[in-house]
Amino acid sequence: MSTIPIFADESWRLPSRGRVAMFSLIIGESAIFTIFVVAYIYYIGRSVTGPTPQILDVPWFNTVCLLSSSIAIVFAERAIEHGRIRAFAAWWALTMLLGIVFLAGTAIEWKRLIYTNGLTIRTNLFGTTFYSLVGLHATHVVVGLLMLSLVMIFTLLGRVEQRHTQRIQVLSLYWHFVDAVWVVVFTVVYMMGK
Amino acid sequence: MADQTYPIPGTLDTTPSRGAALLEWVHSWVVTVDHKKLGILYIAYALVFLLVAGVEAMAIRIQLAIPHNHFLSAELYNEFFTMHGTTMVFLVGMTLIFGFGNYFVPLMIGARDMAFPRLNAFSFWMSAFGGLLLYFSFIGGFGLYGMGSAPDVSWWAYAPLTAKAFSPGHNTDYWALALIVMGFGTLGAAINTLATAFSMRCRGMTLLRMPLFVWLMVVASADTLIVITPLTAAQVMLIIDRYLGGHFFDTQAGGSATVWMHFFWIFGHPEVYVLILPAFGIASEVIPVFSRKAIFGYPAMVAASVGIAFVSLSVWAHHMFTIGMTSVSNAFFALSTMMVGIPTGIKIFNWVATMWGGKIRFATPMLFCTAFLFQFLCAGLTGIMLAVAPWDWQLHNSYFVIAHFHYTLTGSFVFCFFAAIYYWYPKITGRMLSETLGKWHFWLFFIGFHMTFDTMHFVGFLGMPRSSYTYEPDRGWTTLNMIISAGGLIQAVAVLILVWNIIDSFLHGPLAGNDPWDAWTLEWSTPSPPPPYNFETEPVVRSRRPLWDIKHPNDPDWKYER
Repeated sequence: MSTIPIFADESWRLPSRGRVAMFSLIIGESAIFTIFVVAYIYYIGRSVTGPTPQILDVPWFNTVCLLSSSIAIVFAERAIEHGRIRAFAAWWALTMLLGIVFLAGTAIEWKRLIYTNGLTIRTNLFGTTFYSLVGLHATHVVVGLLMLSLVMIFTLLGRVEQRHTQRIQVLSLYWHFVDAVWVVVFTVVYMMGK
Repeated sequence: MADQTYPIPGTLDTTPSRGAALLEWVHSWVVTVDHKKLGILYIAYALVFLLVAGVEAMAIRIQLAIPHNHFLSAELYNEFFTMHGTTMVFLVGMTLIFGFGNYFVPLMIGARDMAFPRLNAFSFWMSAFGGLLLYFSFIGGFGLYGMGSAPDVSWWAYAPLTAKAFSPGHNTDYWALALIVMGFGTLGAAINTLATAFSMRCRGMTLLRMPLFVWLMVVASADTLIVITPLTAAQVMLIIDRYLGGHFFDTQAGGSATVWMHFFWIFGHPEVYVLILPAFGIASEVIPVFSRKAIFGYPAMVAASVGIAFVSLSVWAHHMFTIGMTSVSNAFFALSTMMVGIPTGIKIFNWVATMWGGKIRFATPMLFCTAFLFQFLCAGLTGIMLAVAPWDWQLHNSYFVIAHFHYTLTGSFVFCFFAAIYYWYPKITGRMLSETLGKWHFWLFFIGFHMTFDTMHFVGFLGMPRSSYTYEPDRGWTTLNMIISAGGLIQAVAVLILVWNIIDSFLHGPLAGNDPWDAWTLEWSTPSPPPPYNFETEPVVRSRRPLWDIKHPNDPDWKYER
C-alpha cells in the first residue's frame, strides 16, 4: 500500500479491546447455546414416559421483565455517557430488579413443575433437555446479575464516573446477549416445543 | 513510626540466602502476568506432556510389536491410548499453539503485552490445572479395577460406553471435568489473542501488514471460539447424564448415541484445523526467511486461511460415514471435506512458489518446514481418499485412518512446531540451539516418522483395526508392526536429542544476538531475550517486512507493496 504511507502524525485508531473480547465471548457462548438448543429441538417428542411440554405455561410476564431490562440498561448507558451518575444508578437498579424478578419467576415455574407435575431432570428426556437449556440461560442471568451488582456496589461507593462509560457499555453487551438468547430459548421451548 | 529512619549498626547484607532467592524466583513465575513468561510456561508445560504422551505411545508400540504380547493388559492398553490422544490434543497441541501465540503475537505486532495480561495468567493456570486433574485420575479415579484408573473410553468417548452402567467409577468424570476446565482456559486464551491482534497493533500495522503467524493465530483463535464451546456443552450434558440421571445419550430412555457423535465431531474435526493453522503460520514465517524471499501471495494466504476455517465447520460428519447416514448427507460431507483441499492447495503452492528461485539455507528450521510440505501433501491426499464415503466404509477404524491423522498431527503439526523451537529458541533464551544436534534430531525423527506412519497405511489396508490391544499372528501384520514399533523407538531417540539440545544449549550455546537468522518481522528488532517492556519506543511500520525496510533504506518494501 505504497500510496497510503503511515506517518507518526496520522491518526491511528484501533477497536476497543473490551468490545472485541466481549464480542468474542458472545460468539463462543452462542455456540454453547446452539448445542443445547439443537439437543432440545432434536429430542422434542422423543420422551418415552412422563410429562410432555404441554404442562408448560408460557411465561409472558417473565419475558416482558427480562426484555424491558434491556431497555433499562440502554437508559443507564445513556445516563453515564452524559455523566448523570444518579440517573445511571436508578436505571441500573431497575435493570437488576427486572433480572431478579425474572429469576424469581423461573423459580416459581420450576417449583410448580417439580412438586405439582413431578417433572425433574431425571424424569424423562423432556425434563433433561428442559432443565438444562432453561437452567443454562438462568445461570447466565445469575452471572450477569453478579456482575451488575458489582457495578452497583461501586456506584453506591461513589467510585463509578463518566470515564468508566466504555466498561459499562461492554458489560451491557453481555446483558443484551443474555436477553437475546432468551428470545431464542422462549421461541424454542414455549412456542415451537409446546 | 513509618516516617522516621533509624540507623542500622554494621553493614546490612542485602543478598538473600540461596533458599530465599529460589523461592523468589519460583514466586516470580507463579504470579507473572508477562506474556513472554506465560508463553514460556505454556511451551515448557507442553514439552513435559509431549514426553509423557510419548512414553504412552511407546508403551502402546511395545505392546503391539509382536502378536499376543503381554506388556500391557487390555485394560491398561485402553487407558494408554485414551490418555495418549487426549494429552496430545489438549495438553500438547493446544498449549503449544497458545504458548507460541502468547510469546510472539504481541512481539510481532509491536505491542508491549497481550490485551488482558491477568486473563492471560488465568487462562494458563486453568489449562495447567486441567492437565493435572486429568493425570490425577491415574491415582484418584476409582474405576472397575480397584485403586486408580485413568479414562479408558478413548478420546472421542462414544456413548453409550460413557454411561454410568458401562463406565462405573470416576475415571470418565475426570476426563470430562478436566476437558471442561481446560476448555475455559483455551477460551480465555483465544479471546485474548483476538483482542490483542485487533486492538494492540502498533502504528502502521494494518491488518494486511500483520505477519502471517499472527493472522493464522487470529483465524485459529476465532475457530477455537466456536469449536471448544460445543465440546464444553457436550461434556456438561455427559456430566448431567452421569451425575443427575439425565437421558441425553441414554438410548433406553429415548436419548441418542448418534447425537454425541455429532456434538463430539462438531468439536473434534475443526479442532485439528485449530491445531494445524498456527503450524501453517510457522511455515509461513520460516520458509520466506530461509528462502530469502518475501512470502508469495500474501493476500491469497490470508484468504485461504479464513477459507479453511469456514469450510472446516461443515465437514464433521465424515467421521461418521459408517453409521448409516442418508446418501444426501454422505454426499454433502464428502464434497465439503474435499473442498478443504482447495484452500490448502493454494497454501502449498504459495509455499513452493516462495521457495522457487530463492537462495535456500537448509538450517534446521527450514529442514523441518521442507519435510512438512511433503508430509502435509501426503496427509491431504489420504484425507481426500478418506472423504470418499465408500472408501471410508472399507477403511474406517483401521490403521489407515491412524496413519492419515498422524501424518497431519505429527508429520505436519509437530514438524512445524519443532521448526518453531529451532527458529525462535534464540529469541526466547538468547542462545542458539546446536545445529549438529538439530540435524541429528531432524534426520532421526524424519526416518522414524516414515518407518512408523508409512507402514501404518499398509497394515490399515490389510485390515488391522485401531484401538485393539493385540492381534493374531496369522494375519500377516507381524513384520509390519515390528517396523512401526522400531520407527517409534527412533522417533523417541530423536525427541530425547531435542530435550538434551534444549538443556545443553541453554547453558553452553553460543550467544544469538538480536537477529541471528537475518529475519524481517518485529520480534527480531528486540534484544534476545526481549526486556519485559518489549520495545523501548513503539515501532512504526510501513510494510509487511519492517526490518527489511530498516536494513535496506534504499530499497524498502513499502515502495512496491500493495
